Amino acid sequence: MVKTMNPGEKLARFNKKQKTKSVLQKVLAQCFIWIVLLVMYVPILVLIAYSFTTATNIGTWTGFSFDLYVRFFTIADKDAVEIWTALGNTLIIALTSSLISIILGTCGAIGTFYSKKRWKGIIENVTQIPVVNAEIVIAMSLTIMFVFVQTYIFGGANIFGFWTLIAGHVVLSLPFVYLSVKPKLQQMDPALYEAALDLGCNQRQALMRSVVPEIMPGIASGFLLSVTLSLDDFIVTAFTRGAGLLSGDKTIETLSTLVQAKIKKGPIPTEMRVLTALIFVVVLLIVVAITIYNNRKKGPKIRRGRGTK
Amino acid sequence: MDEKENIIISLQHVKKAFEGTTVVEDFNLDVKKGQFVTILGPSGCGKTTTLRMIAGFETPTSGQILLNGEDISMLPPHKRPVNTVFQHYALFPHLDVYDNVAFGLKMKKVPVTVTNRKGEKVTKMKHLSAKLIDEKVSHALAIVDLDEMEDRDVKTLSGGQQQRVAIARAIVNEPQVLLLDEPLSALDHKMRKDMQLELKDMHKKLGITFFYVTHDQEEALTMSDVIVIMKDGIVQQAGTPEEIYNEPVNAFVADFIGESNIYNGTMVGKKKARFIGGVWECVDDFPLNEKVDIVVRPEDVMMKKPGKGTVDGKIVSKIFKGVHYEFIVKVGKNEVLCRDTKDHEVGSEVSISVDPENIQIMHKELTVNQYTDAYINNNNQVVIGEDAFDCDITQLIPGSFVDADGYLVDRRDGKRYDFKDADVIAEIGLDQIDISDDLSSGQSQGTIIEMVWIGDHYQYIIRTDDEEDFVANSPYTWNENDTVSVSVKPEDIKLRLKKGLDEYVVE
Ligand SMILES: Nc1ncnc2c1ncn2[C@@H]1O[C@H](COP(=O)(O)OP(=O)(O)OP(=O)(O)O)[C@@H](O)[C@H]1O
Ligand SMILES: [Mg+2]
Repeated sequence: MVKTMNPGEKLARFNKKQKTKSVLQKVLAQCFIWIVLLVMYVPILVLIAYSFTTATNIGTWTGFSFDLYVRFFTIADKDAVEIWTALGNTLIIALTSSLISIILGTCGAIGTFYSKKRWKGIIENVTQIPVVNAEIVIAMSLTIMFVFVQTYIFGGANIFGFWTLIAGHVVLSLPFVYLSVKPKLQQMDPALYEAALDLGCNQRQALMRSVVPEIMPGIASGFLLSVTLSLDDFIVTAFTRGAGLLSGDKTIETLSTLVQAKIKKGPIPTEMRVLTALIFVVVLLIVVAITIYNNRKKGPKIRRGRGTK
Repeated sequence: MDEKENIIISLQHVKKAFEGTTVVEDFNLDVKKGQFVTILGPSGCGKTTTLRMIAGFETPTSGQILLNGEDISMLPPHKRPVNTVFQHYALFPHLDVYDNVAFGLKMKKVPVTVTNRKGEKVTKMKHLSAKLIDEKVSHALAIVDLDEMEDRDVKTLSGGQQQRVAIARAIVNEPQVLLLDEPLSALDHKMRKDMQLELKDMHKKLGITFFYVTHDQEEALTMSDVIVIMKDGIVQQAGTPEEIYNEPVNAFVADFIGESNIYNGTMVGKKKARFIGGVWECVDDFPLNEKVDIVVRPEDVMMKKPGKGTVDGKIVSKIFKGVHYEFIVKVGKNEVLCRDTKDHEVGSEVSISVDPENIQIMHKELTVNQYTDAYINNNNQVVIGEDAFDCDITQLIPGSFVDADGYLVDRRDGKRYDFKDADVIAEIGLDQIDISDDLSSGQSQGTIIEMVWIGDHYQYIIRTDDEEDFVANSPYTWNENDTVSVSVKPEDIKLRLKKGLDEYVVE
């Protein structure tokens, strides 16, 4: 015999089921959040703490001091100078390569969006391969290509240096820019471009005034992604770098290559702890600033050309 | 001369093909300044493409588009004094209402004469002043009744409000021609009616030429000065709403504009046409025996006492429409839609008559014999007139077969269908009819009433005793008034059901 339930009973059961389910969900979600916080932020907090002591080994606390900070900002300190140079290199490379990436990536995305179906598919696939490809493959193949160019076009003169490094980083981040811009284009009403043409823009103005503002969030996130990728890239940098950028050394040293070089010889320079602590604080401030900016109350709009009423 | 000067836009032999397929063919139209022109046609007939060529988003494959007598067909959109209201508005989401409307004005440059340092007068292209832009924007927003909303984000507006912004954004540029591509299609019925009136009003006030695209015939009739009806990229008819309604040039136009009864007919005498089993007086003179399309508007059909009209029929349905009733009268196998303010009982016998001037007769391009009142008999044969022809009824359902009981079985779902007495439209090609002197060899027989020599063969019209005509091509020679037999191979008879398949399912 089939047991029948009246509707009220059914509803009650359903609600109960929902309730147990949501309790479980809550617990899981909370666990997840706490684990993430623990794994991600505790090490950082420890690091920050140890930037306020001179102990060489983390784990032994030799008393609170600002010594490391003082040393970090002392021009005479050899380690500090090395770190500052590397930081400068890293930032220049990250910003330059990201800028090139977003220009190329955005143009590419817009170009494919408005091109014929057949090309669309091909370009889409071609750009997606580097995303899943191992970085080592990109690095090696780039090196081989540069060597070829060096031998057959530059007649053997060394071309490895700043621009090969930039090229490497651009190759690394370009697909990510493309992938973050593309969805914004797809969400956009394709008629916007024509609307701008209709209202008196030439083709370039129409792109800049109708399409670009629409996909700006995508371009911005593509830029941030590129900067992040470039900032802590090691493999591609190691393979494509050449003579020093700011220091005039034999090879360009970025933060990641510097740390790697130091670890090979001994402990990480203590000033590095200060740098990482500072980077964290700066990033934190940026995030907070962006949040505040986004939540700001909009004031009354000012219309140019309107007298006071 | 004066006429010519008034023409603002003129399309001359405009043709557009995409990768070999022609979408617009030989489009010719002159539009006078200030007219409200509507392009009307079914989906995919090339309306948008025509509009896009005027806007400059597409270039014609051949032909010219003249604006005030100058060829603009190759000019880029931003150089044309023409603005578009897009179907889905295409407002800029990153700008608020005010800035959307101001967009075009901010792009605009006007020649200004200034005195330079040397004291010479030179003309420079300058942007409009902020003050002038503000005045124009405020004015445009006032026209569309949105002056209170200028600071709103366009994403937060309702469909109707977005529509108004789109219109304001276009008219603020004071274009010579405003193009509107189904601007109301995304609005609900009520809103649409209101906007129709507002648009019409705006058209009057602004004096701009409107070029409007729609596939809603009612919208076209109520708003336009000129309606252009298109089908498959070809203009069928262009004229005032009255002309198009009262004197459609062909059955397509008649069917598309307003409700109408459309029949196949034959001219049987001077100003006499035969259709739905009666001979009717008419005012158009067509050659004897010519096949014609007949259009009768429902409001022109008069219902009389049995025997008092031209044909008799029986009322099979009645719908009350407010001011009048709408009846369907079955005359033989044909249905006649008629209107009357007086009530009649369903099932009662009536007679029908139509004033001669209300019978529209149109030339018909004859490509096939079409029999709209054929039906299937008990032996799964198709009956045309009173003669039964063997036919292949499995064509009604692809992949079906006839079972032992004479039912059609669909192989895919096993459903059985009974098509006995089903009304069908039968079509037979002119080349598929065999004429023979051997009267016993065909399914039907009749007298040759007309013959014409067409290049390399004769075209015969054979009329049967029950007044059904077969038009057949044949290389052989007969004479008028010969009695011949007519035969058609079963596979050459094309059948179409008049009603849905569901009507015939056997439970
Ligand atoms: N860019 C294009 N490439 C190829 N074919 C096209 C292109 N644009 C339109 N067509 C084709 O041209 C034909 C007419 O299109 P159009 O958009 O002008 O129709 P429409 O009358 O506006 O129809 P609707 O009422 O559905 O909007 C269609 O068959 C369409 O597929
Ligand atoms: Mg269209």
